[in-house]
Amino acid sequence: MSDEILYEVTQNEYKYGFTTDIETEIIPPGINEDVIRLISKKKNEPEWLLDFRLKAYRHWTTMEMPDWAYLKIPPIDYQAISYFAAPRKNAPKSLDEVDPELLKTFEKLGIPLEEQKILSGMAVDAVMDSVSVKTTFRENLAELGIIFCSFSEAVQEHPDLVQKYMATVVPYADNYFAALNSAVFSDGSFVYIPKGVRCPMELSTYFRINAANTGQFERTLIIAEEGSYVSYLEGCTAPMRDENQLHAAIVEIVVMKDAEVKYSTVQNWYPGDKDGSGGVYNFVTKRGICKGENSRLSWTQVETGSAITWKYPSCILLGDNSSAEFYSVAVTNNHQQADTGTKMIHIGKNTSSHILSKGISAGVSNNSYRGLVKINPKAENARNFSQCDSMLLGDKCGAHTFPYMEVNNDTAIVEHEATTSKISEDQIFYCNQRGIDTETAVGLIVNGYAKEVLNKLPMEFAVEAQKLLQITLEGSVG
Amino acid sequence: MYFSTRLLVCIMLEIKNLHASVNGKEILKGVDLTVKKGEIHAIMGPNGSGKSTLASVITGNPTFEVTKGNVIYEGIDLLELDPEERAGAGIFLSFQYPIEIPGVSMVNFMRAAINAQRKYRDEEPISATEFLRLMREKKELVEMDTQLTNRSVNEGFSGGEKKRNEIFQMAMLEPKLAILDETDSGLDIDALRVVANGVNKLKSNENASIVITHYQRLLDYIVPDYVHVLHDGKIIKTGDKSLALELEEKGYDWLKK
Repeated sequence: MSDEILYEVTQNEYKYGFTTDIETEIIPPGINEDVIRLISKKKNEPEWLLDFRLKAYRHWTTMEMPDWAYLKIPPIDYQAISYFAAPRKNAPKSLDEVDPELLKTFEKLGIPLEEQKILSGMAVDAVMDSVSVKTTFRENLAELGIIFCSFSEAVQEHPDLVQKYMATVVPYADNYFAALNSAVFSDGSFVYIPKGVRCPMELSTYFRINAANTGQFERTLIIAEEGSYVSYLEGCTAPMRDENQLHAAIVEIVVMKDAEVKYSTVQNWYPGDKDGSGGVYNFVTKRGICKGENSRLSWTQVETGSAITWKYPSCILLGDNSSAEFYSVAVTNNHQQADTGTKMIHIGKNTSSHILSKGISAGVSNNSYRGLVKINPKAENARNFSQCDSMLLGDKCGAHTFPYMEVNNDTAIVEHEATTSKISEDQIFYCNQRGIDTETAVGLIVNGYAKEVLNKLPMEFAVEAQKLLQITLEGSVG
Repeated sequence: MYFSTRLLVCIMLEIKNLHASVNGKEILKGVDLTVKKGEIHAIMGPNGSGKSTLASVITGNPTFEVTKGNVIYEGIDLLELDPEERAGAGIFLSFQYPIEIPGVSMVNFMRAAINAQRKYRDEEPISATEFLRLMREKKELVEMDTQLTNRSVNEGFSGGEKKRNEIFQMAMLEPKLAILDETDSGLDIDALRVVANGVNKLKSNENASIVITHYQRLLDYIVPDYVHVLHDGKIIKTGDKSLALELEEKGYDWLKK
């Protein structure tokens, strides 16, 4: 009997292959070396990658989950998670089964119906319009020698590049979640910009939105060769419903001499309902290295989603005269918790970094900025300027700032400024008196407060992000 | 019958026995005031007499609690409306102390306000060209520096610039009932002339103004139909323009018996 079932299952797998029908890809929950071997095999990975995964896994088993963040994290049962293309157990069959609040938000953001279905986790059979767009898009890029594909494709088609750069910025032993990701990562994006090429368009993961179930343990690698430029957009403003509660992604960026990378994120994973149940736990390790002289990296993030956010996009300033920027807006409402910030590690001479963090807390949420500025002994004339602002809506939420500074060179100039503000009743009444209702007024004021960061986003993203801030804070005042 | 219909049409605001308090302290103690279309009413009175409170209560500032009385505006019970609904119905307040809103440009703020009010009146949002034309026209009217409208709302404005900005907003929103709360205070004589000029140009038979002031000098430029003296939360005397001159000469004490 059991043999029969086994036979059927294996037959099924052969019949459909792993790229065509996710529903049939069942690996029982739990993590062990066999599961990792199976993942690697299913993805047809080379031996070195399997070894890497196994090393990461073995290291992970020796580690403890970090507890230093200002977060209350419920216990996570890692053996209860399916680590490969988890089947959609409770996938809604139609939009009628989806949280009406979520649908309202889709309406407000103007998301097309087909995308609404995908975003709410429904299995969609129809071929999306964007597929053809995607193909022409990639052909254009290929002419310039730019590679933009999924991480799995890169492993198959450009293994030398992947092997050369993967885990050079975030080693598997870096932290608990990085180790977990390194052991079980599902898929992600791969970007390679050749020497001297300016990528003529914004590279957006939006074009691969239909790559379902890659979100849980995503892995992204971006390489910008000498003198190249790319602007990369990740995420989307629509609230992404996902039954996978735990997300642990890695993003690595390598920036060579005279190259520049702009990385923008709008993160809006499902934050849970108003009472704080459900919602995604987002533990992300993002790091870039400014490897060559005069290289530049900027991180811009708008964080509105997830029940728990643990995220510190960082930069290692290795090349002389390299510079890095971190611009962040993090919003928490209801029961959301965010502990986010950056790390700027100055190693090269004349390196500079700029940090601008805008936190907004509402409801009973907690929002923390945590940032490290480290100046190594050889980093002559390093400069850093940090500004961390917090805005409180209501009197039950919390805003916290944890700046860390390690300055080991006398020539460094490191500055830190912090402010806390509230939206005053006078401001609201002033807007009301001009005809603007309270929710719109809060949106205006919050967008004004976050403007410096939003202005760093690519145009169309900025417009969506503005709407998003307003929607996220609806009902939080008055 | 004919008479009463006519009356209903031309009365814009009717305040009866209005009592209001803040933090349990009664400030307005029975105000009666009737404003008809086309009229300008000046409200004068010593410090602390309740002039600004009256403006706040008419516009629905939640800091103040109405404990008694009623306010009818164009036939509707004004006290039932939210502040933004009152604005949408055409009531405008030029603030004594205009509020700063960092990061929100005047352009965005004005567009949000105009569209909110249009929505209240079931009108389509204003087009970009129409909006820019209106901005240009009204800036000229109040002789406002173009740079100011590119800056954040009132942020870093001088006292005079803030007041001028209030009148600019009034011009943009074209209210039916404008309440000017000490718009003249802190203005030099040139700015005063500009502000008054703005107010006078907007005057018509269809709208009305309530001008709250300490000094009669504003009334040289904006000529009121009525002058009321507010003292200790009540209107204790009403007269024409000459009352303002009398007050200038004799102060308020002779009225406070």
